[in-house]
Amino acid sequence: MTAQSRRYLFRRGLNLFNLGMSLLTTIFGLFWLAWLLWTLVSHGLQALNVDLFVQDTPPPGAEGGMANAMIGSLLLTLVGVVVGTPVGILAGTWLAEYGRANHLASVIRFINDILLSAPSIVIGVFVYAVIVAPLGHFSGWAGGLSLAIIMLPVVLRTTEDMMRLVPDQMREAAAALGAPRWKVTVYIVHRASLAGMLTGVILGIARISGETAPLLFTALNNQFRTTDMAQPMANLPVMIFQFAMSPYESWQHLAWAAALIITAAILILSITARLLLSAKTSSE
Amino acid sequence: MNISPLASSAANQVPASGSVPNPKIGIRSLNFYYGKFHALHDINMSIPEKQVTAFIGPSGCGKSTLLRTINRIYGLYPEQRATGEVFLDGENILSPGQDLNLLRAKVGMVFQKPTPFPMSVYENIAFGVRLYERVPRAQMDERVEWALRKAALWDEVKDKLHQGGTRLSGGQQQRLCIARAVAVRPEVLLLDEPASALDPISTLKVEELIAELKTDYTIVIVTHNMQQAARVSDYTAFMYLGDLIEFAETSTLFTNPAKKQTEDYITGRYG
Repeated sequence: MTAQSRRYLFRRGLNLFNLGMSLLTTIFGLFWLAWLLWTLVSHGLQALNVDLFVQDTPPPGAEGGMANAMIGSLLLTLVGVVVGTPVGILAGTWLAEYGRANHLASVIRFINDILLSAPSIVIGVFVYAVIVAPLGHFSGWAGGLSLAIIMLPVVLRTTEDMMRLVPDQMREAAAALGAPRWKVTVYIVHRASLAGMLTGVILGIARISGETAPLLFTALNNQFRTTDMAQPMANLPVMIFQFAMSPYESWQHLAWAAALIITAAILILSITARLLLSAKTSSE
Repeated sequence: MNISPLASSAANQVPASGSVPNPKIGIRSLNFYYGKFHALHDINMSIPEKQVTAFIGPSGCGKSTLLRTINRIYGLYPEQRATGEVFLDGENILSPGQDLNLLRAKVGMVFQKPTPFPMSVYENIAFGVRLYERVPRAQMDERVEWALRKAALWDEVKDKLHQGGTRLSGGQQQRLCIARAVAVRPEVLLLDEPASALDPISTLKVEELIAELKTDYTIVIVTHNMQQAARVSDYTAFMYLGDLIEFAETSTLFTNPAKKQTEDYITGRYG
């Protein structure tokens, strides 16, 4: 009896200890995030104004906005998404559906994992060497392409993982109705893993919209507003990099505002995607 | 391999296969392998048309494997293969030239676990129909209702046709899967332990359904529940460790089995 109750007390104590530690580590992790957001918001908010969205980046010391960088960032990200997403989804689909016990597939999977963890600066140097240097100038296309290369492995990996989560019984059930394989893949497996695949795309967008290193080698920057992808292109990350380190206070304010805007944009994107998905899954 | 007509494939030299009227499916010298594992040994039997044939036997005896050769669903997995012949209306479906999608449109299957597709109840049924038929909307509505009535599900879901199929209860999901299989109007319906995940009331409904469906379809059911086999089937095959031990009319097999192994199993001595 006493031995038993001592054991019980010990287990209860252990449980309390573990719960307490979990709570503390959660608070520890969230603390940094909250601090980061607080710093960002407090510095960024006071720099926010309408001019940011209308005027272009100013010369040193002057007031201005960052419309050119926003347009540039949107375009570069768009190229990255438009190129990276279909390739990633198709490749991930092939790996999940046709590359189960295939030697080539395991090689591709391995290479993709390397690409996934490759430092983005390496990708920047690569695009610099194969596109920027031969053409002799920086360009939006080179920037978009380097972002696509960064996005590709993220989308590929999540697509494959999410499609593999669909149980084989589902594939069997569709095949048993006489559905050809591509219909099983597109109408059943893709449909069942749509939420996960979309999450992968959003993760990819979030990843590339803050990338700086590859853009330094490719799109570089542009003081002026342009939508010509063949020209060097302004973009928020490189602008932040350049302005935040500058000695001019007006540039520093702009950098904070840009950092806040990128963060907010990614947040809004994630929330919208989640809302869309939950609306879609609850209607099914 | 000469395409022997069913009449001759049903001429049973093997005692275990018994003789059946109007054979729909003839299985000849069937061997099955999972990689190197030899799962079915030289199976010979004939399955009668518009009757219910049950495969019984302890876990791992090969009854599901045998069922899965009849629509060649095992073909989704490259390491699985079958040798021998399986005749459907006299045509060897194991021949390499067989169009698997057409075969599976003719031989429907319902699995152990309910597998509703990630779409509405209505679309779950329409999906299979659209694969091989161009059906106008109004006719599709009728077809969906017909299939759901066949599966004794209509009254429960007629107000939720456009809700997700995954939101139905387990028993309803399984009947949805049966409706989906019935909707494409197959000739043969393969049921792989269709009631094993269901509560007694849903099980009863599924069993009543099987009795009703056999007027139109040839039904083959795998079950580990002997009472269920006795209740629903006309013919029963008893399998053990990859061999077909005995195949006979259900009443004969359960009351007067020819083999001692069968008797031991149905009286509960092993299994």
